[in-house]
Amino acid sequence: MSGRQAILSKVRASLAETGDDAARRAVVEARLAKPPKGVIPARGKLPDDARVDLFETLATKFAATVERVRSPADVPKAVAAYLRAKNLPAAVRVGADKRLAAMPWDREKALEIRSGPSDGDDEAGVSHAFGGIAETGTLVMTSGKDNPSTINFLPEHHIVVVEAADIDGDMESVLAKVRKKYGRGKMPRTLNFITGPSRSGDIEQKIILGAHGPRALHIILVDG
Amino acid sequence: MQITSPEFKSNSRAALADAQLQKALSNVRSGFIDKRLKAVADLPEFERLRDSAKAIKDHVLSNLDLYLEAYEGKVLAAGGKVHWCQTAEDARQAILAICRSVDARVVTKGKSMITEEIALNEFFEKNGIAPVETDLGEYIIQLRGEHPSHIIAPAVHLNKEQVEEDFRRVHDHLAPGRDLTEPEALLNEARRVLRSRYFEADVGITGANFLVAETGSSIIVTNEGNGDLTQILPKVHIVVASIEKVVPTLDDAAQILRLLARSATGQDMSVYTTVSTGPRRPGDPDGPEEYHVILLDNGRSAMLGTEFQDMLRCIRCGACMNHCPVYHAVGGHAYGWVYPGPMGAVLTPSLIGVDKGGHLPNASTFCGRCESVCPMRIPLPKMMRHWREREFERGLNPAVARYGLKTWAFFAKRPRLYRFAAAMGIPALGMFSFGKGRFSWLPFAGGWTRHRELPAPEGRTFMQQLRERDAVMKQAAR
Repeated sequence: MSGRQAILSKVRASLAETGDDAARRAVVEARLAKPPKGVIPARGKLPDDARVDLFETLATKFAATVERVRSPADVPKAVAAYLRAKNLPAAVRVGADKRLAAMPWDREKALEIRSGPSDGDDEAGVSHAFGGIAETGTLVMTSGKDNPSTINFLPEHHIVVVEAADIDGDMESVLAKVRKKYGRGKMPRTLNFITGPSRSGDIEQKIILGAHGPRALHIILVDG
Repeated sequence: MQITSPEFKSNSRAALADAQLQKALSNVRSGFIDKRLKAVADLPEFERLRDSAKAIKDHVLSNLDLYLEAYEGKVLAAGGKVHWCQTAEDARQAILAICRSVDARVVTKGKSMITEEIALNEFFEKNGIAPVETDLGEYIIQLRGEHPSHIIAPAVHLNKEQVEEDFRRVHDHLAPGRDLTEPEALLNEARRVLRSRYFEADVGITGANFLVAETGSSIIVTNEGNGDLTQILPKVHIVVASIEKVVPTLDDAAQILRLLARSATGQDMSVYTTVSTGPRRPGDPDGPEEYHVILLDNGRSAMLGTEFQDMLRCIRCGACMNHCPVYHAVGGHAYGWVYPGPMGAVLTPSLIGVDKGGHLPNASTFCGRCESVCPMRIPLPKMMRHWREREFERGLNPAVARYGLKTWAFFAKRPRLYRFAAAMGIPALGMFSFGKGRFSWLPFAGGWTRHRELPAPEGRTFMQQLRERDAVMKQAAR
């Protein structure tokens, strides 16, 4: 008997159930197609402005830095200013995201743009978020050539652009958008929820930033 | 790993006498409890979320066969593979076969208790494969040849001076003058050394906090980002997970995620919550080329339908041990196997047998704090009592304890006789304490009085005091 059959029959024997119980199957299929509405915290249901403000407040609380800009056209300037302020080389790793590509990077003459996934030697990387979650100040990132996952983890500084309109109140609303984009039951290879920069408390329970992932997470929030 | 659960008593004595350990354990008492309390207070919906999460897991466990089938279907559809493994040995062999297929020499690992359960590192070493733990705490204990003493804070039994000593011993490139006295310096050193290991690895292994039937995804949560570098840089990603990790949908995972980090570290969310589905897609510039799931039973299916089924709701947050006075006193290693604290006291006898793990459910004051903080509302004290009953039924307790209990039961079943004997015995026992108010030794109870004193009775039995109190109350009511 294969491991699969053996495990499934043991589970069924313990539950005193059979695998061909049509009623039970129908319940499970219905539950998978439409999960019951769970408990959504009140702070995940705020109206527009308050929602974006809560996102900013919580992201900051969890040690990210947040900068608001008026339009996508302001992003390259903000990136260059961040690098200067942190005394970093004027170079960033960027994927092939069309929204990022449409920004006026040529205005920042000194800024070098390296494209493709990170090789581990980048001081700073720029990604565009799929969305944000206000209830926890969390960024939502999807993998692909637009925004390679390595940029989320390898650079010392991760700069993430997120549009205010893409920030939802709660995690379930973001998940609904992921289903809409990729199709029901389908997913990108990696969906990352990121809440603040990397940290560890493994030595004497003292929290230190920058364990294996980025030491700093800078969010550029595009309003309007 | 060597099981020392049968030596729980001597392990505990050694732990109580270990000054370094006692100093380190004070971090558990001071750290986790306040942080959790604050995070819970900040979320008014916390109690309702506990109900919601319990209902989700109960539903899954009653239909576990069907959810496992649904989950497998989606993993295959996303281009991954599922390896069903009944035992730890099946799992080790399946993992080895995958590693051999890509000629793996170095394997990086994210933090995973299930790979501790199957003793994977020792097995790798025997087979010429180098396992590299990447979680900072796991990395430290790997250097020391130890096992985790806590399910989410594996090196919580250590102080920074001990870690510094290990780094100086193993990282032989370190200049003697280099300052490593602060945790920051130690972390940076580990980060630098592990960076190159991520790129060297042929295979990356992670555990899973959830498996999602809706999408065939596995979910891990970490704060360091090590679990992510472990799975996106090597050619092959292997997920090792036990069968009860499955949840129906991403929305169900979202419900439980609201409890997990708050209960564990007092964070609203862990820094990285990562949903992984299959290998990299055509056109993806990074990510693993192969995605395998080792789906492990190892005794869990036998817990279904029994009084221990509720234990399979456990999400491994560690809140029960963070709040346990016994864990605070002796730490995790005394428990003698993979899972310490109250959850370990229930799970260990289920997985390695009550003959080996029987001391653990006895190591409880039944204060009930574990159950009161368990996000999944697992009745841990009740299940420890079930184990005590089974231990008694199977004649595993010492003879003195068995005869003592039998004698007590004889009287307890005969209330008149019990009251009579108590009325005779209590004043006598009170007299024998010679006015000291306590006993430091009693015949047939030396095992008990060796570690604590028994308060001497004050002279009257409970029933006598109750009757007097009732009489006074009645008088007052008139």
